[in-house]
Amino acid sequence: MADQVLERDQTENEMLAGVNDDYATKYGFADAEDYVFKAEKGLTEDVIRDMSARKGEPQWMLDIRLKAYQHFLERPMPDWGADLSGIDFSNIYYYIKPSARQEDNWEDVPSYIKDTFDKLGIPQAEQKFLSGVAAQYESEVVYHNIKRELEDKGVIFLGMDDGLAQYPDLVREYFTTIIPHNDNKFAALNTAVWSGGSFIYVPPGVHIEMPLQAYFRINAKNVGQFERTLIIVDEGAYVHYVEGCTAPIYSSDSLHSAVVEIIVKKGGRCRYTTIQNWSNNVYNLVTKRAVAHANATMEWVDGNLGSKVTMKYPAVYLMGEGAHGEILSIAFAGHGQHQDAGGKVVHMAPRTSSRIISKSISKSGGRASYRGLLKVAEGAHDCKSNVVCDALLLDERSRSDTYPYIEINEQDVTIGHEASVSKVGEEQVFYLMSRGIPEDEANAMIVNGFIEPLVKELPMEYAIEMNRLIQLQMEGSIG
Amino acid sequence: MTAALEVTNLHVNIGENRILKGINLRVNQGEIHALMGPNGSGKSTLAYSLAGHPAYEPTAGQATFDGHDLLEMEADERSRAGLFLAFQYPVAVPGVTVAKFLRQAVNSRRQAINPEDAGMPIPEFRRLLREKMDILGIDQKFAGRYLNEGFSGGEKKRAEILQMAMLEPKIAIMDETDSGLDIDALRIVAEGAVRLHEMNHMGVLVITHYQRILNYVQPDRVHIMLDGRIVESGGAELALHLEENGYDWLREKYGAAEAV
Ligand SMILES: Nc1ncnc2c1ncn2[C@@H]1O[C@H](COP(=O)(O)OP(=O)(O)OP(=O)(O)O)[C@@H](O)[C@H]1O
Ligand SMILES: [Mg+2]
Repeated sequence: MADQVLERDQTENEMLAGVNDDYATKYGFADAEDYVFKAEKGLTEDVIRDMSARKGEPQWMLDIRLKAYQHFLERPMPDWGADLSGIDFSNIYYYIKPSARQEDNWEDVPSYIKDTFDKLGIPQAEQKFLSGVAAQYESEVVYHNIKRELEDKGVIFLGMDDGLAQYPDLVREYFTTIIPHNDNKFAALNTAVWSGGSFIYVPPGVHIEMPLQAYFRINAKNVGQFERTLIIVDEGAYVHYVEGCTAPIYSSDSLHSAVVEIIVKKGGRCRYTTIQNWSNNVYNLVTKRAVAHANATMEWVDGNLGSKVTMKYPAVYLMGEGAHGEILSIAFAGHGQHQDAGGKVVHMAPRTSSRIISKSISKSGGRASYRGLLKVAEGAHDCKSNVVCDALLLDERSRSDTYPYIEINEQDVTIGHEASVSKVGEEQVFYLMSRGIPEDEANAMIVNGFIEPLVKELPMEYAIEMNRLIQLQMEGSIG
Repeated sequence: MTAALEVTNLHVNIGENRILKGINLRVNQGEIHALMGPNGSGKSTLAYSLAGHPAYEPTAGQATFDGHDLLEMEADERSRAGLFLAFQYPVAVPGVTVAKFLRQAVNSRRQAINPEDAGMPIPEFRRLLREKMDILGIDQKFAGRYLNEGFSGGEKKRAEILQMAMLEPKIAIMDETDSGLDIDALRIVAEGAVRLHEMNHMGVLVITHYQRILNYVQPDRVHIMLDGRIVESGGAELALHLEENGYDWLREKYGAAEAV
């Protein structure tokens, strides 16, 4: 036990060398634009028709896009959650194709794009601990690769566009069945202009031991990134999918609006981990939902550290008896950031169980909100659910709110709910300092300790990444 | 050169309350001093003030350590200069393991000297930690536990002494480390302190209510505090005298009010 702790420490220390670089130097660099195609600014039906034609999509997909576009136009902006008044839909590029082809060999990726992913350490990570990697740059997936032995077992891991081209029937069977085109304004927008994202199918009984990772990068100014991900985990199968995201820092805003639909069949298990580290000019408005059938398990691990505004509430619908859902959410709101995050669990079947753990940290005037829905449908007896949300405030200027909605339509259930808000204690900081640890490191230790119960559930590499990002946030120059 | 902790006419307020009213005390490295006195007389306040707690405001007087003006230093600087406080009530830090915390504390020292230092190599740190834990009879699994979280009273006190052993201070203040320890633990902990005293020439200020710990950690000087002042100082026999007679004779002598 102690040895494991120390080992993680060791790696962490190595990785922390150079952590003093701020976001700008680590992720904030931008490449010159050298694109194959960049659509005109703003959104019209023509932009959608044109991009669909360029992608060579079937008619049914174009029909869904146009239908969704109509809904997007008609649907008002949400009147709850974060302040979205800064979004100017007419000042966004909706489709940018950076390269002609998608490659499965890094050497063939255009060198300026490859350099970006090199700097972010993606090819190295692929070598070390991943089963497969997808890299999306602006609107398109530019690199995609999966270990041969998984392919041989029938695992499909493709960019969503390729998935549609190669498995149109499978895509059509599930596309928009979990998140309909009219679910909400931003899901409608995504459905209208989606591009990129991952398509994953794991055949019955196949366990993918090491994670599949997707990496999303926005490079240009005023870009909208609208990836679409569909994951189907067949009976008794297992996959851990991880996404990471960064962008350069611009003074004008970008929009990232993704949709993720997941189906976990009988006895299957899916874990979806997000480490969101967008620059502070990105609106991040994402809809994520999974259905878990009998005895299946769905786990969302959602880390939100970057962005200007995030609104994201990963959801699990427990559809079959014995299904289990888990949402572990970590949000860090620094100066100028609003993280409106949380989770939804809907118990539709008997003997289903769920756990939501949310930990938020607010600093330097940042605002973190937990927004959660827990619903138990009539007839879903013998359900168990436990919700814990803890907030940590680092100073007086920062803010934390909790909006828990609970709707129970069944008598025979066990529900636990706890919420706490705490301030970083002067006594704790003094105690650590009295052992020679400088104040900023003492604060970072307390914050890392606060999220430790969640972080320790991550594979070591991601645990380290999470701690490193927290450290970056703590050192943020705007105190 | 040996370090000294020197306190001259120190006055300290907590908020509006005057707690310390002119403390004079000198502890040299290599010496053992005991500080006794009734509840609420200001012993812990003195300890916290010397360790640099930000809520304790010195209003007059001086404190120097190893030639530095202690009152100008932050708590972490004081620690790195070689002053240690074993807390009467150690604080829990959830999610931070004992091992991680101690490694950070050890590395902070190294990095203060050389900012490029990459930290003590893991095998060396592990060996050191094991060795100290064995000496203090602390189960290895404590290294992986969260700092002071759910520790029993005695476990907390032992963990304080483990930290002291890892950091090897020049002078340590042990604030009621003996309270809450069972008889065997008291002996082990006291012997741990004596060992550091003998091997590293560590100076000690033992704050206690009882003679028991002083049987192991034998004081050169004993001081008695009453109402924010040190009113009596003497040899080891002063502690024995207190054990028999209590504090009433002092209260009479110095006209202090009865403690609450
Ligand atoms: N934060 C505070 N605010 C106000 N008064 C305080 C505070 N902390 C301590 N005091 C007061 O200062 C006085 C000295 O307290 P201190 O803890 O130093 O006593 P002590 O000698 O260590 O007692 P004990 O033997 O019980 O540990 C007490 O009257 C106490 O109530
Ligand atoms: Mg005390």
